[in-house]
Amino acid sequence: MSGVMRILASLVVIAIVAVALGVWYIRGPGPLDFAGGTKVALADYRAGKPTGVPASLEKASLVERGEWLAKAADCMVCHTKPGEKEYSGGLGFKLPFGMLYSTNITPDKETGIGNYSDQDFLNAVRRGKRHDGARLYPAMPYASYAYMTDEDVLAVKAYLFSLPPVRAKAPENTLSFPFNQRWAMIFWSAVFNPDTRFTPDTSKSPEWNRGAYLAEALAHCGECHTPRNLGFALDNRKKFAGAITAGWRAFNISSDKATGLGNWRDQDLISYLSLGHAAGHGSASGPMGEAVDHSFSQFAPEDIRAIVVYLRSVPPQPSPDLPAVTAPAAPASHRDGVTADARGKRVFASACVSCHGWSGESPMSPMATLTGTWAVNDPAAINVAQIVLSGTKRHTPDGALSMPAFGNAYTDDEIAAVANYVTARFGTEGSKLTAKDVAELREQTAE
Amino acid sequence: MIADKTLSSVSRRALLTGGVATGFLLAFHLPLRAAVNEPVQPRDATDGKFAPNAFIRIDETGHTVLIMPQVEMGQGTYTSISAVLAEELDADWAKVEVQHAPPNDKLYGNPTFGLQVTGNSNSIRAWWTPLRKAGATARAMLVQAAAAEWQVEPASCTASKGEVTHAASGRKLAYGALAQAAQGQTPPKDVVLKDPKDFVYIGQPLKRLDTPDKVNGKTVYGIDAILPGMKIATVATCPVFGGKVGKVDDSAAMKVPGVRKVVVLDDTVAVIGDHMWAAKKGLEAVKIEWNEGPHAKLTTKDIWQDLRAASAKDGAVAKSTGDIAKGLASGDKFEAAYELPFLAHASMEPINATVHVKPDSCEIWTGTQIMTRVQSEAAKAAGLPVDKVIVNNHLLGGGFGRKLEPDMVITAVKIAKQVDYPIKVIWTREEDIQHDVYRPVYRDQITASLVDGKVAAWKYKVAGSAVVARWLPPAFQKGIDIDAVDAAVDAPYDFANFHVEYVRAEPPAVPTGFWRGVGPNNNVFAVECAMDELARKAGKDPVEFRRSMLTKNPRMLAVLNHAAEKAGWGQPLPARVGRGVCVQPSFETFIATIVEAEIDDIGEIALRRVTSVVDTGIAVNPDTVKAQIEGGLIFGLTAALYGEITIEKGRVQQSNFHDYRMMRINETPKIEVIVVKSGEAPGGIGEAGVNAGPPALRNAIYAATGVALRRLPIDRKALAVGKKA
Amino acid sequence: MATTLTINGERKTLDAPPEMPLLWVLRDILGMTGTKFGCGIAQCGACTVHVDGKAVRSCVLPVSAVENRAITTVEAVGNTPAGAKVQKAWLDLEVIQCGYCQSGQIMAAAALLAATPNPDDSDIDAAMAGNICRCGTYVRIREAIKQAASGRQS
Repeated sequence: MSGVMRILASLVVIAIVAVALGVWYIRGPGPLDFAGGTKVALADYRAGKPTGVPASLEKASLVERGEWLAKAADCMVCHTKPGEKEYSGGLGFKLPFGMLYSTNITPDKETGIGNYSDQDFLNAVRRGKRHDGARLYPAMPYASYAYMTDEDVLAVKAYLFSLPPVRAKAPENTLSFPFNQRWAMIFWSAVFNPDTRFTPDTSKSPEWNRGAYLAEALAHCGECHTPRNLGFALDNRKKFAGAITAGWRAFNISSDKATGLGNWRDQDLISYLSLGHAAGHGSASGPMGEAVDHSFSQFAPEDIRAIVVYLRSVPPQPSPDLPAVTAPAAPASHRDGVTADARGKRVFASACVSCHGWSGESPMSPMATLTGTWAVNDPAAINVAQIVLSGTKRHTPDGALSMPAFGNAYTDDEIAAVANYVTARFGTEGSKLTAKDVAELREQTAE
Repeated sequence: MIADKTLSSVSRRALLTGGVATGFLLAFHLPLRAAVNEPVQPRDATDGKFAPNAFIRIDETGHTVLIMPQVEMGQGTYTSISAVLAEELDADWAKVEVQHAPPNDKLYGNPTFGLQVTGNSNSIRAWWTPLRKAGATARAMLVQAAAAEWQVEPASCTASKGEVTHAASGRKLAYGALAQAAQGQTPPKDVVLKDPKDFVYIGQPLKRLDTPDKVNGKTVYGIDAILPGMKIATVATCPVFGGKVGKVDDSAAMKVPGVRKVVVLDDTVAVIGDHMWAAKKGLEAVKIEWNEGPHAKLTTKDIWQDLRAASAKDGAVAKSTGDIAKGLASGDKFEAAYELPFLAHASMEPINATVHVKPDSCEIWTGTQIMTRVQSEAAKAAGLPVDKVIVNNHLLGGGFGRKLEPDMVITAVKIAKQVDYPIKVIWTREEDIQHDVYRPVYRDQITASLVDGKVAAWKYKVAGSAVVARWLPPAFQKGIDIDAVDAAVDAPYDFANFHVEYVRAEPPAVPTGFWRGVGPNNNVFAVECAMDELARKAGKDPVEFRRSMLTKNPRMLAVLNHAAEKAGWGQPLPARVGRGVCVQPSFETFIATIVEAEIDDIGEIALRRVTSVVDTGIAVNPDTVKAQIEGGLIFGLTAALYGEITIEKGRVQQSNFHDYRMMRINETPKIEVIVVKSGEAPGGIGEAGVNAGPPALRNAIYAATGVALRRLPIDRKALAVGKKA
Repeated sequence: MATTLTINGERKTLDAPPEMPLLWVLRDILGMTGTKFGCGIAQCGACTVHVDGKAVRSCVLPVSAVENRAITTVEAVGNTPAGAKVQKAWLDLEVIQCGYCQSGQIMAAAALLAATPNPDDSDIDAAMAGNICRCGTYVRIREAIKQAASGRQS
């Protein structure tokens, strides 16, 4: 080998090592690496069955099991456009670089997944690879679903194939270059989707393992609650530290005592997950409201408890921008408490106080109480502004509970003002939203 | 007191139980009962009563029932009509009770329309003379009866407060005692009406007859009707205009506790339940597939495009004086187009109707502005002769033109036909707003020329829906909608060359109708905005500019001067605070209004003060006139600030008060209304205030910011500092 | 499900689903139609009643939330000192036009006066801005509240 060749060869080696190091660094730890225990193949795990349906459904038909799993994996919310047929796709996601539309996953042969073989379906769900070989964008959380067992994925397929086929072609994505290059997702997957199945941890309890499977493989909590790295993949160094997704803030669900779930009682977590509400902690709305309504509310009590056990084990990750203690109830009279922002107060008096009260303790329903919620204690007021803009409709055991969307009749200035007033009155620190911020939040919200 | 049963089907017992008149106020404070809960009463009989005409009944106790040809929807007309009748009748106001008229165009048709309709600020205007004559005739007959009894000349007798007096002998007889004898008298051919200086009720701020039962929840609106065995229904109509019901799966709905039946009509699905909650939950559970039909892609954007294209065409000439072509050929030319959005009525009482269809009859309880049309349309829907349909009118929880349409009754009859019990159909607010009959979109083009600082030529072209052509076809002549150009042809100013055209342009599928303020709410806006822009172009003060062209219109000029003085016109104001003026002669009422508003740096508007001076001729009840202007101003200002119905994919996008926004008390400015004394015949008042608000506010914004807005609602973003028109 | 409510001092037992809003219980089960339906989403205030003396929107208030609490409706608000004053001022100043929203306005105003006997404009805004009046009687509502508070005559 000539000197030049040697130099070139070592450069190539250095480059490969550098890329590998880079990949290793940017990829970071896997979602379950924090646990650090001994992993065994699922087939070799004897302490319990972390995968599949809850015990009560063990004897159910394949389709019924698939239905439960589809709900647990929350497929419907993303694959249904409001007002259209379930699972027929077409829901738009506003991304900074264009619109991305979810696909029709009904068994329609032309516009849906009617032609998918079992292997096609496994490839799509766990590897992000379509029937025609094209790549899916990771808006589809296949890196999480990669943990699912063949059995569970194929049960979901059986369920979807039991549905009536719907002819509905999703609109073309409008992503700009280079994001419209689907093939590039091959590299993304190569780096960020190890495509490995769930492996139980023998150092942990069976309950923990069940919780891990539910939270990671099915419910894909991290997709919203874990911050993303430069490659738009989950940065598990900050696992569950909270992030902003689709214009909403998914709060810290690590075990941090001040700003995570560390101080929530088990019953609060159970109530929040199964009902979307916990006394003193507020109500789920936005994407989490949907997750509760369509997914967690269907979980068996033992599965909810398993998730709680799992969440408790995630190392604390403080959110430095959130207060250590949420604010107490505001004074009962409008005169006391913050007086700033006359415009915000005017909007609040007109449109909000009937349900939320001047104290923040709702005279209507504990679900409408603002006191103690992260939303009003977030000095960025992201979720406050979002919920004012787009409202919420929650299906609770007591019937639908909703807040109307004020975004169409109130200006960005008014929404910024009322968010600033609400965070100042009911939270620890008033936000400083401007009309421009609100306009940007409108942009980020999914269609 | 106001009886809540119409005359035709109510007994005296229903009217008189509940209390004894013990004083002036208490006389009207008898609790209104839910008479609808009672079994059907025998028809009202006039036996033993003095019943000189369709409007007056006096029994032997002197109890005086006045029958209201117009409906009460908050505008105070029951009290004003009663005052007019009682005035010439010389009735004892404390013994007066009012009743809703039954449907009967012959007896109760509004003299202007020949139809029993309440609208266009027409009640007092149209009935002023007929009701005075009716009252005076009755009084004359009572006097004749007394004179006959005493064997004296009728001319030697006088009447006052329900009594006839023969001054010479000091004898007196109360109307009750004369009732039977008066019934036998021949009505005089030509009665003499009172000299206005002798009015005792007209011109007084009499207390309203309808309000005592409105402070304690006793008033029974249409939505409050309760009948034995009644069930409640709520409806979903195809969200796309013109769409129909496709497939319906009611299996889940029928499992909702309290749900009785799901009724499927052509374009509507109704769920009947034991109560509204069951009906509502049931309706949410019905799976409905709609056949959206041909308008599933309709948008307001397309409608505007079409309207702009239509308004470029020549229209039918509604009025032309002088030589418009010549006039426009000289001077400083001005051209502008003003655009107004679709609006919903959103009266506080959502639309509703209660119907009981039996094999051979149909009875209706509702609050409507069109009694006879409701009756005839219900008859058609029920497949019954008109005389088999009984309509019980109620006080209206707001009308604003929405209840000039019978659609809610027709739908309710169709639902009621499918069951054998009475059914109350209530539209949710969402359905009410999304299936309204909307104030049309209008585009108003004004071309004018200025010579020597005055308007020398004025060409005004109105383009929009012809509501009259649908609603009252015979009144639509020569391609002109007299309502759409009402205040365009009737401009207050002295323009030498004057020309008004109308282009009919109907939006596809979107039903359009009358909305409080009616046609003039597009005309007054366009005229008064253009006048302000012309004043600026002429370098003149807006009030001064108007004055110079009102020399031939003394009533208009007088209220303008009065308002300018009251509002402190011309006094200095802080930066970004402006005053705007609007004058209007519509509905035979002359109003000048000045709005003072502050526009902050980001374009938010604070209304500081509104001053209106009103010359409505003889104000039958000056306090009612004031109240109507106050309320009308807020109705109009609400529309100017927030009102707009938009359509996407063939569907109305607004649904409730969170996105179809209303002005609230914390946005309401000080409002001063001055009603000037006048001896002229009364003008209309219910609509007038509505039209004054938007142009006056817009002109205040123009003064404060320099931004000449030409569309409503006001685009607050365009008013931020740094934005210039 | 049997529910017992205390309305205007009377105990009433009735059958209603727990999530059924108080508004419809009042109107459709008890036949008390003074309380009005306006929007169903707590945006207009037409359905305002008092629960333990505080003004609340009955259209979104589940009946299960008000068992064992004192409910007052417009039919009986005249029995409270503040309610009687408000009703009188409303008539003295002829506040009312169509009247449909006024049950709610009167209930809101009575609750305001009971808690704040001498309200200023900001108190009136804070208590009354949730009540829409389509006839636009706001100017007189403000004036009537002040008159009811001061006890002066028109």
